[in-house]
Amino acid sequence: MRIIVCIKQVPDTQDIKIDPDTNTLIREGVPSVMNPLDAYALEEAIRIREKGEAEVIAISMGPPQAEDALREAIGMGADGAVLLTDMKFKGADTLATSSTLGKTIEKIGNYDLILCGKQATDGDTAQVGPEIAEFLGIPQVTYVRKIEEINEKGAVVERMTEWGYQVIETPLPALLTVVKEINVPRLPSLRGKIRAKSAEIPHWGLRDIEVEEEKVGLSGSPTRVIEIFTPERKKSGEKFTGTREEAAEKIIEFLKGVSS
Amino acid sequence: MSIRVIGENCNGCGVCVSICPYGAISIQNGIALIDLDSCDLCGVCVPECPFEAIVIEEKPTSPRSYLDYHGVLIYGEITANGVHRVVYELLSKGRELADKLGTELVVAFVGDKEFPSGGEVVDGVIARGADKVYIIRNEAFKEFLVEPYTDALVHLIEKYKPEIVLAGATSEGRSLLPRVAARLETGLTADCTGLNINEDGLLVQTRPAFGGNIMARIVCEHRRPQMATVRYKVMEEAVEKERRGEVVVEEFVPETPRTKLQRDVIDETQKINLEDADIIVSGGRGIQDAKNFTLLRELADLLGAALGSSRPPVDDGWIPYSHQVGQTGKTVRPKVYIACGISGSIQHLAGMSSSDYIIAINKDPDAPIFKVADLGIVGDLFEVVPALIKKLESKG
Repeated sequence: MRIIVCIKQVPDTQDIKIDPDTNTLIREGVPSVMNPLDAYALEEAIRIREKGEAEVIAISMGPPQAEDALREAIGMGADGAVLLTDMKFKGADTLATSSTLGKTIEKIGNYDLILCGKQATDGDTAQVGPEIAEFLGIPQVTYVRKIEEINEKGAVVERMTEWGYQVIETPLPALLTVVKEINVPRLPSLRGKIRAKSAEIPHWGLRDIEVEEEKVGLSGSPTRVIEIFTPERKKSGEKFTGTREEAAEKIIEFLKGVSS
Repeated sequence: MSIRVIGENCNGCGVCVSICPYGAISIQNGIALIDLDSCDLCGVCVPECPFEAIVIEEKPTSPRSYLDYHGVLIYGEITANGVHRVVYELLSKGRELADKLGTELVVAFVGDKEFPSGGEVVDGVIARGADKVYIIRNEAFKEFLVEPYTDALVHLIEKYKPEIVLAGATSEGRSLLPRVAARLETGLTADCTGLNINEDGLLVQTRPAFGGNIMARIVCEHRRPQMATVRYKVMEEAVEKERRGEVVVEEFVPETPRTKLQRDVIDETQKINLEDADIIVSGGRGIQDAKNFTLLRELADLLGAALGSSRPPVDDGWIPYSHQVGQTGKTVRPKVYIACGISGSIQHLAGMSSSDYIIAINKDPDAPIFKVADLGIVGDLFEVVPALIKKLESKG
C-alpha cells in the first residue's frame, strides 16, 4: 500500500506574540515547524505501515527551506519525501495549492491513501484536503478520529461531528483528513534523525509535475487578499484587586447586574 | 510573475516590514528589500504601502465571462433538529448582500423524496428573507455524504448561475464547499467573519489569517460564483416577517456514492453545546492539572453554565477537544464568558471576544485577557473560584 502524507511548513503560531504598543506581530525568532496537525496524519500512516506492508511518502509545497519539515517527517518514519518548490508556485490559494499537490500525487502514482491534517495552523482553511480529493476524483472523509479497519480495498473510519461521530465506509484510494483525537504522534528517533539528515529529498518544479502554469501559484489562484488589518480590541473594563471574598462578591454582583 | 519595489517611490518607512507575514522584507540603505526566497507573493504588502512602491506583476487568473451570474445562494444545511441556525444567520447577511446587488436571495436544500416542499422548513427560510427555495430531491440524499451532495450543488450552480454561494463553516459546510469550489474551479474563502459588497460589486470576505493574528479582506474577482463558508454565531439571525417566496422542487440523480454511512452516533459526552450556552466557564493553562477542572465544573453546574477550555489544556490532554474555544476550536458568543487562568492569546480571543460580557480571573495583572474583560479579577483562581462557589452555594 502506498500512503502519501501532505505536510505544510508553518510559523510556530504558539510562539507568535503581539507588540502591545504597535499592535503588530512580533515575528523575530519565530521558528518554522511542521504543521502540528500534519504530525497526526504522518503518525497514522506510520502506524498503518507497522501493521502491514506500506510505503509512506511525505510531500510538501513551499520555499526551499520547507525541506526541514520533510526531514522532520523522515525523522518520524516516512520512507521518502518530495518537495514542490518553484517561484511559479508562490502566492497560491487553496485551489492552486491543491491542483499542484494533486498533480504531484498523480505523478508519484499508484497511491492507495492520501492523509492530511485537518487544517494548517497558519491558514486554518481546512480546504486543501477536500480540494485535492476532488482534483483526483477520489472519495474523501474529513475530521477522521479513528481508522477502524483498513486494507488494500477499503477503510472503515470514524468521522467526528458536532454531535458525536459517524462511521463511514470508503473504498480506496481515498483521502482522509485527521483530527488530533486519532493518535499521539511519536518523536523522531535517533536513528530516524540520522536517516533524515542524509536522506535525499528531490525538489520538483513546474516542469516536473507537468501542470499548466495557469493552474498554479498566483495565476491559478482565484482569490486575492486586498487588505489586512489588526483586529480591534474592544473594551477594557474594571480591574479588581482584593481578597478572595471581595472578588467573589464582585463577580456575583456583576452576574446579577447583567442577568437583570 | 514577480514582486518588486519601485525605488523612487519607496522612502523606507518600514510599514511593509512589520506587515509581511513571512518576515521577507527589510530596509536596506533606506529602501525596502524583498527576500524572494522567503516571500510567498501573498500580496498583503501591496495595498499597505502608503507610497504604492510595491508591485506584483502577474498574469491574472484567466478571466471568464460571468455576466449571466446573478443572485445569492445559501446552502440549506439540515440537522436532526431541522434547519441549522447558521442558515438563519446567513439569511440576514445574504439579504443585505442581495439588496445591495439588487438581486435575489435563494436557499437550496438537498434531501430525500420525503423532503417537504412546504411547512416549517421552507416557510422558515422564506419568512427570514429568502425570495426563492430550491429543493433538490433523490433517495441518495437521505443523509449527508460529500460526493452526492457535491453533485447536487454543482448541478444547481451550473443551472441557475448564482454570483455568490454561502454556507455555514460547520463540519458539513467545510467538507462540502471545497469540493464544489474545486469542481467549478472557483475561489472559496474559509470561515469568514464578515461579508460585504464593494463599489465594484465584488464580495469582500473578511476572515482571520495567519493564525488569527490579523484579519484579511479577500475577493474573488475573475471567477464565479464567489464562494465563502461563514463562521457560526458571528452574524445576527434574520428575524421572521410576513413574506412570500417561490418554491422550486427538482429531481436529480447523482453519481452513485462510493462512501457509505454505516452509523451516525450521537455522543452525549461530546455534545456539550458550548455554542448554545448562555454562560461559559472556561479554564486555561492556569488550571495546572486535569483534576482541577472539577473545580470549574462545580462552578459551571452552580451557574447552569457549559465548560470550556483554551488550547493548552486540550493539548495536554486535561480535557477533550470538544471543549476547546478559539481559533482552532469553537467560536462562542454566550451572555457571560468566565475565563479562569486564561492568559488570552490572540487565538483564544478569536473564539470568544464577541461574548456579551467577559469576566477574567488571572494572577498576572498584565495578562492580555484583561484587555477584553468587562470585569477583571487579579487573583489566584484557586482562591477566588472556591470562594465564589461557597457564596453561590450559601445563597442557594
